[in-house]
Amino acid sequence: MSLSREEVLHIAHLARIGLDDEEVAKFQVQLSDILAHFELLNELDTDAVEPTAYPLPLESVMREDEVRPSLPVEDVLANAPLAEDGAFRVRAVLEE
Amino acid sequence: MRDLFRLTAHEARDLLSKREASARELTQAVLDRIEAVDGKVRAYLTVSAEEALHQAGAADERIARGEAGPLTGVPIAIKDNMCTRGLRTTCGSKMLESFVPPYDAHVIERLREAGAVIVGKTNMDEFAMGSSVEHSAFFPTHNPWAPDRVPGGSSGGSAAAVAADETVLALGSDTGGSVRQPASLCGVVGMKPTYGRVSRYGLVAFGSSLDQIGPLTKDVRDCALLMNAICGHDARDATSAPVETPDFTGALSGDVRGLRIGVANEYLPDDVDPAVRAVAEAAIARLESLGATIVRGISLPSTKYALACYYIIAPSEASANLARYDGVRYGYSYQDGASMWENLEKTREHGFGDEVKRRIMLGTYALSAGYYDAYYLKALKVRTLIRQEFDAAFERCDVLFGLVSPTPAFPIGAKVDDPFAMYLNDVFTLPINIAGVPGVSVPAGFVEGLPVGIQLIGRPFDEMALLRAAHAFEQATDWHTQRPEL
Repeated sequence: MSLSREEVLHIAHLARIGLDDEEVAKFQVQLSDILAHFELLNELDTDAVEPTAYPLPLESVMREDEVRPSLPVEDVLANAPLAEDGAFRVRAVLEE
Repeated sequence: MRDLFRLTAHEARDLLSKREASARELTQAVLDRIEAVDGKVRAYLTVSAEEALHQAGAADERIARGEAGPLTGVPIAIKDNMCTRGLRTTCGSKMLESFVPPYDAHVIERLREAGAVIVGKTNMDEFAMGSSVEHSAFFPTHNPWAPDRVPGGSSGGSAAAVAADETVLALGSDTGGSVRQPASLCGVVGMKPTYGRVSRYGLVAFGSSLDQIGPLTKDVRDCALLMNAICGHDARDATSAPVETPDFTGALSGDVRGLRIGVANEYLPDDVDPAVRAVAEAAIARLESLGATIVRGISLPSTKYALACYYIIAPSEASANLARYDGVRYGYSYQDGASMWENLEKTREHGFGDEVKRRIMLGTYALSAGYYDAYYLKALKVRTLIRQEFDAAFERCDVLFGLVSPTPAFPIGAKVDDPFAMYLNDVFTLPINIAGVPGVSVPAGFVEGLPVGIQLIGRPFDEMALLRAAHAFEQATDWHTQRPEL
């Protein structure tokens, strides 16, 4: 399993991580190396095996939908890089 | 009297209740110890001296009122991925370098109720991804037994702090071995409870089906006391198990007669370092001499697939969990881009270190269109096989015995440029997270002056059996009383 430079850039784009050329080259080698080790799993026939997403046999956990106190807005916004009028401030998502 | 900072929690408790020392004196002794040795060890990212002394003062008042519990006035260090209200929580990352949580994690609430004294936040691999603390965005932590070597990771700051007597107790978190492996490499006790035993509310999420908070302590009794304090159902974590918490100190009988301890070939392989193997064989012989029944020849053949299985599942979950670091609500934020998208990509480029980027990208790939079935779904099916083999093994024995780590502490810098070599450190610990069962590392000897721990693995929610075996072994040995020269 060997990743192309384009595949590394595609993955980085999906993950929204900017990479410079040097990082692309480094991750191309390292990720390919790690993925090669995953080939080992193909030795196992798992067609009849159910997947396990969580180790506990818990069903969906439900609770009553009650009104409860939440954190004070000013406490939460104290960590915000940009805030305005009690809200997080973000750049325009849609552009002209 | 011994130096106060060297005490275990239960020894400290005895002194405090007899009024032979105050909580303030004990906390001050620990703070002085940090001042004296942390320049060499670098276990702490943040020391909260003033607030700790304030908490100790409150503990002294509580002791005077006769309302003290087992941990009242006892200093504890917290891995820096558990939210502490008003106290910076970095997760070892530039991304959260100045993050001050507006709330406490569940375990922190529990510790405050118990009257424990939080002395500071410990160093760790960034977002708990690593086995050496070399992936901390700030600085490496040094093994107190050998300053040129790693303490293990990712909870290496907590393990080193306990080993260096820079705290009495510590909490870590364990996603693939991050409590047990540093415990082994630093010569302390470290337990990963059953998945669901401890609420993850307020623990910075890494691999949500694997993460579990656990104690790092100087002995097994302290481990039981800290388990008593942090375990129990919490509705804010939907994966918190609705089970009763036993009094874990009830397991400390010193008696292992009749306990069946299985030796799994895959956890004590023939080709492991003979000196490490000798430590394990001596521990098996000791447990047998104490009356345990040793069951040889147990095999969990899918163990060889666990590493690949883990490094698909954990990064997949991490890639989803770490999507939240977008520079909008908290954390590092790049602001100078031409667009919102550029700011987002630059925030994550500059805010995350290499190992975190690698794992996010691995997980993103494993979950992406066209690869989901081949990687992620395949890994979840292998997870079923691994879990089934543990179930089968526990029909033949009560506790499984194995190594924690294939080697003692390795030199700083030895593996940091080879990600896969670093991943191999966790080969004996990560299957336990995949299966969700409990495991504990107990000091069992030394190889060339470096501590080596043994691992005991139990049935789901049977930490009592682990503590029983660990305690009996500890009482028959003196490895846990050895301390590094600093």
